[in-house]
Amino acid sequence: MTGAFVRLEDVDLIYEAGEGEGTLALQQASLAIGKGEFAAIVGPSGCGKSTILKLVSGLLKPVKGRVEVAGSAVSGPVKMAGMAFQNPTLLPWLRAIDNVLVPLKIVPPYREQFRQKRAEYEARARALFKVVGLAGFEERHPWQLSGGMQQRASLCRALIHEPQMLLLDEPFGALDAFTREDLWATLQDVWMMRRPTVILVTHDLREAAYLADRIFVMSARPGRVLAAHEVPFPRPRTLDMTFHQDFVDLNHALRKEISEARDEALA
Amino acid sequence: MRRKPLLRRLAPWLVIAGLFIVWEGACRALKVPEFVLPVPSQIFGVLVSRWDALLPHATQTLLTTVAGFVGGVIVGTLIGIAIGSSRIVYEAMYPLLVGFYSIPKVAIVPILVIWFGSGTIPAVITSLVICIFPVTVNVATGLATTEPELEDVLRALGASKSDILWGVGIPRSMPYLFASLKIAVTVAFVGTVISETVAANRGIGNMMMIASSNIDVPLVFAGLFLLAFMGIALYASFAFLEHRMTGWAMRKNEFSV
Repeated sequence: MTGAFVRLEDVDLIYEAGEGEGTLALQQASLAIGKGEFAAIVGPSGCGKSTILKLVSGLLKPVKGRVEVAGSAVSGPVKMAGMAFQNPTLLPWLRAIDNVLVPLKIVPPYREQFRQKRAEYEARARALFKVVGLAGFEERHPWQLSGGMQQRASLCRALIHEPQMLLLDEPFGALDAFTREDLWATLQDVWMMRRPTVILVTHDLREAAYLADRIFVMSARPGRVLAAHEVPFPRPRTLDMTFHQDFVDLNHALRKEISEARDEALA
Repeated sequence: MRRKPLLRRLAPWLVIAGLFIVWEGACRALKVPEFVLPVPSQIFGVLVSRWDALLPHATQTLLTTVAGFVGGVIVGTLIGIAIGSSRIVYEAMYPLLVGFYSIPKVAIVPILVIWFGSGTIPAVITSLVICIFPVTVNVATGLATTEPELEDVLRALGASKSDILWGVGIPRSMPYLFASLKIAVTVAFVGTVISETVAANRGIGNMMMIASSNIDVPLVFAGLFLLAFMGIALYASFAFLEHRMTGWAMRKNEFSV
């Protein structure tokens, strides 16, 4: 793909662990994700899925190979990514709405205008709270919110500055099944509304198949991208679809690939 | 905020009153002479009857302690921020800090007297020095507990080191800072009194030295009571401030003031 928004080419990454050789986390990892595409990365645990997000966001530099975002090589933090993790990492001393406003205090051009335009930004945050189903909880502190609500707020924080790229590292991993499925629908709505480029790292294959346009399967460590699966189901997807035969077949195929990758690594 | 039940609010006063009653009763029953252990009623009597003489000493000690405390908190916070936000400064400074803190502060008073002469300055410096370590350790710990994921979120937005320090690190370390202030304000009195005892002509430490050489034991105890009272007062004011400023960190803590 030539018009890729995010591209990794033959990337190696080693985590230095003090003295000695360090851990080879990625070896010759390559992938390309188009603008506005929703990509999911799945693979055995410890295969370097999260490492890919850190490379794309510019928090880590590859030892070898090339990482490109929006047509230029990444050499430092990309300054435009919205990120969310399994742990919602909200600031406990701020109200939910102030937590969501944090990126606007950091990212230009909002940063310079924060004082003058605070009311406007707050209105924008409130609108976003409504979209994710958190209206009415703006003034609460994080510890007054349930895990699912905190994760919704964390998602709002990742979206408030309308980033072109959303990097999600198992954002729903710590939630119960019902809350998780609710949030899938929410995330799909937001994505369809704004079409950011999304990279979702997950170990939940149903989640990947429900949300993504394309699913990248990675090998065990050192991680490589083994295969990319197009997900053909029409949008908006519904939970009912996840029980159709096609959907279940795709899940089985993914599961098989991952367990083969694991076995290969163990052999 | 819900008010505490009456019994819980009264409990600390009841314990103090109970201690005094037992003390008074035991001393009277066992006929303990006043130059060994005076009874509380006598000590309070001295506090009242010699208040005019005690007041300047108490003021001197209080002001000295507060001056040393403020200086110590400023220096301690700055060192804490430096070692808490930089691995290399941490590794470079820690052994020195621990070594310095291990020196009994009474041992540096003679040196301070050589440098500055006896009086207020050595006392201020002693209490300042004694405050640094608890503040530094707590501030550094607070900064070090920032979640790496949170830092990633902010760095991916292009946040600078100082954005992260001011936006996250410093607020995050406030509960630790306040915890250390409560320790520091009490040990600051220790520093002041040590120095006053060794080299000063004013202050409660000096007054107690003179009183004990005159075997005026009730007056010595009156000095101790004054120190305890001032310690509690400062501790309580910082506990109150802590509650106002970092209530978010204490939501589950039933034991706060």
